[in-house]
Amino acid sequence: MTTGSAPADAGIPPTSAAAPVRLEVADLEIRIGRSGPDVVSDISFAVPAGNVLGLVGESGSGKTTVALALLGHTRRGLRISSGEVRLDGVDLLGLGNAELRAARGARVAYVPQDPAAALNPTLRVGTQLKEALRVHPGAVDDPAGRVLEVMAEARLDTTPEMLRRYPHQLSGGQQQRVGLAMAFCCRPSLIVLDEPTTGLDVTTQRHILDTVRSLCRSYGVAAVYVSHDLAVVGGLVAEVAVMYAGRIVEIGPTAKVFGEPVHPYTRGLLAAVPSPGRAETLAGIEGQPPRPGRRGRGCSFAPRCPYVISECRSEAPEPVLIDARQVRCIRTADVRATTAARTAAVREPTGDGSSPALSVRGISALYGRTPVLSGVELDVPPEWCVAVVGESGSGKTTLARCIIGLHPNWTGEITFQGARLAPRVRDRPKDTLRRIQYIFQNPYTSLNPRKTIGQIVAQPLDELVGLPFRERSERAARALEDVSLGGDFLSRYPDQLSGGERQRVAIARALVVEPDLLICDEVTSALDVSVQAVIVEELRRLQRERHLAMLFITHNLALVRSIAQHAVVLRDGVVVESGPVAQVLEHPTDAYTARLMADVPRL
Amino acid sequence: MAVAAPRVPPAQARETQAVARHPWLSVLRTAVRTPRGAVGLGLALLVVLVAIIGPFVAPHSPDALMTLTFAKPSGNLPLGSDFLGRDVLSRVLNGGWALLVMAAAATALGIVVGAAAGISAAYRRGRADGFIMRTVDVILAFPQLVFALLLVSVLGPRLWLIVIAVGLSHAPAVARVIRSATLDVTERDFVKVVELQGMRPAKVMAKEILPNLISPLMVEAGLRLTYSIVIMAGLSFLGFGQQPPAANWGLMINENRIGLQLNPWAVIVPAALIALLTIGTNTFTDAVARVTLGVDRRPEEAALTDDLGLGR
Repeated sequence: MTTGSAPADAGIPPTSAAAPVRLEVADLEIRIGRSGPDVVSDISFAVPAGNVLGLVGESGSGKTTVALALLGHTRRGLRISSGEVRLDGVDLLGLGNAELRAARGARVAYVPQDPAAALNPTLRVGTQLKEALRVHPGAVDDPAGRVLEVMAEARLDTTPEMLRRYPHQLSGGQQQRVGLAMAFCCRPSLIVLDEPTTGLDVTTQRHILDTVRSLCRSYGVAAVYVSHDLAVVGGLVAEVAVMYAGRIVEIGPTAKVFGEPVHPYTRGLLAAVPSPGRAETLAGIEGQPPRPGRRGRGCSFAPRCPYVISECRSEAPEPVLIDARQVRCIRTADVRATTAARTAAVREPTGDGSSPALSVRGISALYGRTPVLSGVELDVPPEWCVAVVGESGSGKTTLARCIIGLHPNWTGEITFQGARLAPRVRDRPKDTLRRIQYIFQNPYTSLNPRKTIGQIVAQPLDELVGLPFRERSERAARALEDVSLGGDFLSRYPDQLSGGERQRVAIARALVVEPDLLICDEVTSALDVSVQAVIVEELRRLQRERHLAMLFITHNLALVRSIAQHAVVLRDGVVVESGPVAQVLEHPTDAYTARLMADVPRL
Repeated sequence: MAVAAPRVPPAQARETQAVARHPWLSVLRTAVRTPRGAVGLGLALLVVLVAIIGPFVAPHSPDALMTLTFAKPSGNLPLGSDFLGRDVLSRVLNGGWALLVMAAAATALGIVVGAAAGISAAYRRGRADGFIMRTVDVILAFPQLVFALLLVSVLGPRLWLIVIAVGLSHAPAVARVIRSATLDVTERDFVKVVELQGMRPAKVMAKEILPNLISPLMVEAGLRLTYSIVIMAGLSFLGFGQQPPAANWGLMINENRIGLQLNPWAVIVPAALIALLTIGTNTFTDAVARVTLGVDRRPEEAALTDDLGLGR
């Protein structure tokens, strides 16, 4: 990838081969400070008019850093040290500040991840759109007409009421459409989209993606779509670049890269993505990517790579052209010789399911005065994993909090092992508190930053079991071993751990008291997909070994398939469907479930 | 905390100690390395040193009548004499420690009471919150000095009373700040985790929440110490602190101001020492606040920890 023209040879699909190249990035390198280590390096790709390039990678891979550099911008402390970003033949990085400002918005536009934060809350939608046009006079002839035109193209209502609304009066999907309209209104040549659908539910996400695709096609815009979600990218883009530790490790047509991945990292990522259509064990990637400045001489992926040989550690691999895509790996021949096998998950529930461990009958809950749950019924038999699925706002987290006693404002009946549960934690006996354990969504807030991992894991033994000090320490160490964390973690603090390690600590803390029921609330949504796979497999193994009943709450339908035996679909606080996972996901009887399944992006 | 903690092998403990075990220590260390922090701490330590070793190196007794009133500086009396003809240098060297001890005690009292009130208000919410914060509002409505004067003038100028009066007058402002900091911490999931274990509220506040308030507490302590010094000196100046013939910087300013034109050093030196001390503590506090807020980090460091999401 030493010349900017290389990707053009790398086989852009025939439909777009004739289209002129709009964006060309050559040898882009970004460093920390004056002489610090590189954050990203050797970035070269080209995007023809009307095409979308997907830039995928896990957190810390440098994908957002590259995306911002396409606008000539770097975050504080970073510096573009070399390379070119040519847009229609003009190098943006060579422009002065004034020229660059004029180009931003007019010729290069950016759609950020969180539209709620990107729109000015004090400006009406119409004013905000007009402002974008006023900043670049001459970009279009008729600003007022252009606003209505671009709103229609972004599939927003063009009514005067819509123009008068404030951002907070719009739904998340509408906000992101306004973001898209703002980006497209000056008819730019390049659009950079930074995870624009993260945080939207699957149906809204699909509609936004359709809009992006059609806008790019009809305007002949080159677009770069940054995402950590491989399934989303797979359905949207013709060409994809996979980033790891600041390098593009594989770039080429999406069908090739995702269909027959050659780089071991791409393979690993794809194996970690759960599929809604098949029940499979997920293969995660152990370890974590090296930080800038801690990347060795050799291949950055070598420490985590199953195909690693000694040469990998000593020499950085140069990109090679294989089967229409460029790959940064010296082991491609051997990687291609092995086929990535996916193993079906063995998911026979061991309990007989006759007397449920947990039984929820007619639960209705209020949040303030707003009803969030009405008449929810649910059973979790011993040793079963029951998934509660729903979009944001469906009430699934409230349901979990009712069960554990954090949300006491409910009516109905919850019985656990035959005994009724009191609504409040403080009215429940300690032994009941011990038997039901809860794992929070975000491991970055669920561990006290001022305590050691040893203290954190041993704590429930003090509160709930009342063990003497020595025994607590021993059991904490054993619990950490059970989640594959060594004894040296005992004395560490949470901020010294990665997200995946933190979530393992949270799991160890829940399991150290030997509960009978484990409630997992979106436990993987804050984690990268490769880590998610590791955590899910860890949970599945522990559930089997410890004979746990499990309530798995998630918005991710694909994940349900891999872990649960039984699924309950929640919508607006009502159970719309419930049954064995395969039946619910494959033959949904409820229209809502069917639509959810249809909108899930698939690889 | 030591009882509940699994014992850690010493070698490993040492490794992580500076990072998180004593977060206040690492913050202080970073603050001292900034120019602002070094200057502030230097000034404050200079004055503290004068106050502590002063009594041992003073050339004369602070109470001895040496010469005429308001004598100009001479070889025997480097800073001249005061309104009774006592050695100004010896009185300056003796007059600091009482001020410092009282200011420190009042600060400690104010921080402890204020933090306890702020944490309970924020954690318990509801009626306790309303009661505590409305009380705070009422006390805050009085100017701090007037509040202290009121107590002292009603109950008499006893030193322990002054410490309590000044300490309590700090508590409301501390409670305000700590309450809002606690609200942030209480929202985090690790607090819910221990609630789900049925932990008693007092223990949740002391063992889970308090350790996460160290940064705002340090900043508050520095700020309140500065105010304490000013108020203590002010009370002494007004005659409500230590009583004559005690040597006290605030008192000295008052006693000697009539002779300002005859021997200005008797006023200037104690005033300058008080000024240096407050400027020093305030500057150092500012440095600590900047460190805890991350204002003074090098951009490279900020890039690594914030932007790349690696330092979470």
